[in-house]
Amino acid sequence: MNTFITGKVVTLGNNVDTDQIYPGRYLDIVNHREIGKHCLEGVDPAIVQNFTPGDIIAAGTNFGCGSSREHAVIALLNMGAAAVLAESFARIFFRNAVNLGLPLLVCKGISKKVENGQRIELDVKVGTVKVESTGEVIACEKIGDYAMDILNAGGIKPLIRKKMENRR
Amino acid sequence: MHAIQKILAKACGQSSVKTGEIIMAKIDFAEVNDLYPQTIYSFREMLGQRVWDKDRVAFVFDHYAPAPTIKAAQIHKEMREFVKENQLTYHFDTNAGVCHQVMPEAGLIYPGMIIAATDSHTTTHGAFGALGTGVGATDMATIMISGELWLRVPEIVEIQINGKAPQHVMPKDVILSILGSIKADGAVYKAISFTGSYVDQLDVSGRMVICNMAVEMGAKTAYMQPNDKVLEYVASRAVRQYEIQYTDDDYSYSESHIFDISNLSPQVAFPHSVDNVRSIETAGKIKVDQCLIGTCTGGRIQDIAAAAEILKGKKIAAEVRLLVVPASSEVLKECVRKGYLQELAEAGATFATPGCGPCLGAHEGILAPGEVCVTASNRNFPGRMGSTEACLYLASPATVAASALTGYLTDPGTF
Ligand code: SF4
Repeated sequence: MNTFITGKVVTLGNNVDTDQIYPGRYLDIVNHREIGKHCLEGVDPAIVQNFTPGDIIAAGTNFGCGSSREHAVIALLNMGAAAVLAESFARIFFRNAVNLGLPLLVCKGISKKVENGQRIELDVKVGTVKVESTGEVIACEKIGDYAMDILNAGGIKPLIRKKMENRR
Repeated sequence: MHAIQKILAKACGQSSVKTGEIIMAKIDFAEVNDLYPQTIYSFREMLGQRVWDKDRVAFVFDHYAPAPTIKAAQIHKEMREFVKENQLTYHFDTNAGVCHQVMPEAGLIYPGMIIAATDSHTTTHGAFGALGTGVGATDMATIMISGELWLRVPEIVEIQINGKAPQHVMPKDVILSILGSIKADGAVYKAISFTGSYVDQLDVSGRMVICNMAVEMGAKTAYMQPNDKVLEYVASRAVRQYEIQYTDDDYSYSESHIFDISNLSPQVAFPHSVDNVRSIETAGKIKVDQCLIGTCTGGRIQDIAAAAEILKGKKIAAEVRLLVVPASSEVLKECVRKGYLQELAEAGATFATPGCGPCLGAHEGILAPGEVCVTASNRNFPGRMGSTEACLYLASPATVAASALTGYLTDPGTF
């Protein structure tokens, strides 16, 4: 995984739950591209329409709360989200994102420090966000080593696949 | 150490564990529901061939029971094939019920175990002194391959609940009032240990309601020390020997929240957040279109009995739909035996197959824009039960039943 990511910010509020990220009525869709088309529809269907692949989500507290649906992460990845920043994440969402290789950072104060449309640079490994226009650097929480290893491998699938191949 | 830490230590073969430590835990049981064919896809992508133990993995069809769409039917079909291929001992098809109810009924939940399932409400099993935690599809696929899961040893928060509940105040009211005070992100990543005199005497069903909603505070897991009622329940059902873990007397919690519920009144979570909680007296006049009794939170025999008691011999209001979905086939059969179905049908209720029903907005009672539903379920996020412009009020089954009678959000104490 590239640990340096630059992109345009798309801001969201607090407690954006998995039903808003990926509404339950679409849960029987299995095609990942199709899943991506409904991303964040529960917040506003315009988000996915205006989203440019490579954009970065910046949300408030408790992002991804609610159900354990991995579809939420699959939807974000397939909409083209390069990373997600939030004041805090719900636990299962955090695990799912790491497992599927979606970079994410816990970043206190982020929702007040960046604005919709601003360009930012992330250093996922060190845990910083730089606002391009002002040069301000915001310190985030560092991802734990274990999770970072999984992210670096591009998610848990390549890791386990390698293990399985070695076993043969 | 806390009982939760002892369970985790045992699962990773250590004598102790520290908060924050990452461990590789052996999972006692893994359960997959029908929202998650992705589990099978991830399993195959990771070159999985056979599940690690065919007696320790169950598939449960509950969210789409019976299949509402061709796509859902296809998902069931693929999952049935996987069950067959792997010769799984436990498979609960569309005639079983909601996973969190079916699993304990089948004796697959017992004290001291770790159960991982592809559903956030797996915290429910803390009611039995088990460590239940929700995982996503890919996490589940790694468990199905290896029997193990990496876990961070969580901080443990105590929620002490004391006192005796007034009449018409149900466990749902208790947990809603706690949610209103601790808030939806009050225990993110943490484990909640429920203690206190109220919990000590609480029946299995009530314990399940409270642990079920622990996840609405962000908790990784919930725990209650098993009491006699739990031990009696598991004695006749548990499929394996078990070891109960106990918290050491000198254990000190990172935080404690203490509640007394002796004067609590029925509670309601207003749209669109589980922690937007008010007492029924301050709810105001709210007209309802649909009333739902069911789900893994409010569809047990005690819940349906509470509703039948209020509705027996009466008729629901003219413009209201009352939907009753027993949590499992075992619950349904008991409702038949006790006559509740007859009483509720005469009152004007509609019934759906044991399972999740409309809880997650897939089928069987979806809401139109502008509609209002008072529900015994656990989530009222926008769009949860259909339209994002519908409003969901979370309440106890008694409050739901009382509201069905009047057509307005109503205190069950009125009847
Ligand atoms: S009843 Fe509702 S909350 Fe419970 S498992 Fe089913 S969809 Fe989830």
